[in-house]
Amino acid sequence: MSLTGLFLCTFLIVHLAGNLQLFKGDEGRAFNVYSHFMTHNPVIMTISYLLYASILIHSTMALILTRHNQASRPVKYAYQRPEANSHWTSRNMGILGTILFIFIVIHMRTFWFTMHFGPIPMVNYDGEEYKDLYTVVSAAFSNGLYVLFYVLAMAGLSFHLVHGFQSGFQTLGIRHKKYSPMIEWIGTYGFGVLIPALFAAMPVYMFLKTHGFIG
Amino acid sequence: MNITLKVWRQKNSQSQGNLMEYKLNDISPDMSFLEMFDVLNEDLQKRGEEPVAFDHDCREGICGMCSMFINGRPHGPQGYTTTCQLHMRVFNDGDTIYVEPWRARAFPVLKDLVVDRSSFDRIVQAGGYISVNTGSARDANEIPIPKEVQEESMDAAACIACGACVAACKNASAMLFVAAQVSKFAVLPQGQPERQLRAERMVAQMDAEGFGACSFTGACSVECPKSISLDHIARLNREYLGAKLTSNNV
Repeated sequence: MSLTGLFLCTFLIVHLAGNLQLFKGDEGRAFNVYSHFMTHNPVIMTISYLLYASILIHSTMALILTRHNQASRPVKYAYQRPEANSHWTSRNMGILGTILFIFIVIHMRTFWFTMHFGPIPMVNYDGEEYKDLYTVVSAAFSNGLYVLFYVLAMAGLSFHLVHGFQSGFQTLGIRHKKYSPMIEWIGTYGFGVLIPALFAAMPVYMFLKTHGFIG
Repeated sequence: MNITLKVWRQKNSQSQGNLMEYKLNDISPDMSFLEMFDVLNEDLQKRGEEPVAFDHDCREGICGMCSMFINGRPHGPQGYTTTCQLHMRVFNDGDTIYVEPWRARAFPVLKDLVVDRSSFDRIVQAGGYISVNTGSARDANEIPIPKEVQEESMDAAACIACGACVAACKNASAMLFVAAQVSKFAVLPQGQPERQLRAERMVAQMDAEGFGACSFTGACSVECPKSISLDHIARLNREYLGAKLTSNNV
């Protein structure tokens, strides 16, 4: 769980950095060139297969562990106050993870599948043909409900990572009073706040842009 | 003070149990929770009913026997406390108090509130020991141990094996208990000869007993009457990973 989880965290940074080009305001040229690079570079393509495997291993292990953990307490308590000793996020990683899994499936169907298998419009930059993923993104995020779904999923991501990032290090035994506060800080404000907020800003920005609220 | 108790009654490990309601009047706020149960049991005996079976021994917070899940938390609402050190003054007059046994597959209920915690004993037997020469006692301070190391070991050795960590954990995981047992020896020179074997065997026994896996909610450490830190779980993970990667055991 920890190795795949932390690998997925590093992926989020790369994914975010690339997609921030949506904000560039050049009608998607930088974004389309970047998408072309990501789908044609052999190193990136290899890592992407590792990424798909990580998502599947992480989810499968989570299912196996959840079943095992539930079986470890066959008779439940009649009255329990778990909020007195632990955070809600840490106890509901499975629910949050399920939300994220559904999000990933829908997200990949909308963009990844369209990018790879079409139909997708083409655009010409300096005599070279590029797939115009930017137009696909704008079209998808012109739908208010779809934007809302993304924002809620990113809230789920936030809660998942507030616990998950720190927990990954704990599993690997990486804990020390010198650097654990830094891991907690990065997990809470970096992966828990900044990254989900920036991801959520993209659909909102594209929605406002396509509806003419901002230039 | 007057209170209403909802207590888990179960005849034996095979039978189905249920919560029974008892009303107690004129309970002194200075009674410990176990003394309140003594009063209840005297009442029940006078009425010719079966008294509630519950574990207790030292009644001074060091033996770890008094396993009661009180109002949704192991050992009740007060932090760093065993049930015997919990006093009725933390409750209010007219309160309804739920009392259940520890719930875990590895802690089967024997009767009422008494659970079988011998799974902990088997984990300790698997590797919670050090080899020493028999014969006369060794000189004190023969092996130099820095104070910080001794304190780190003692923090883990404070574990009284009460099982509150398992009872509190949503996964019924025994990681904090096993971590304390591994950690107290791992930092000391006396613990080195069996260091890798200890981590591997105790974890294997923990899994064999049917405890759940750790998902780092931190509930165990909060509910631990000896406030054993999650640092020890991280150390157990290090010890285990290190042993699996480098030991000669298959």
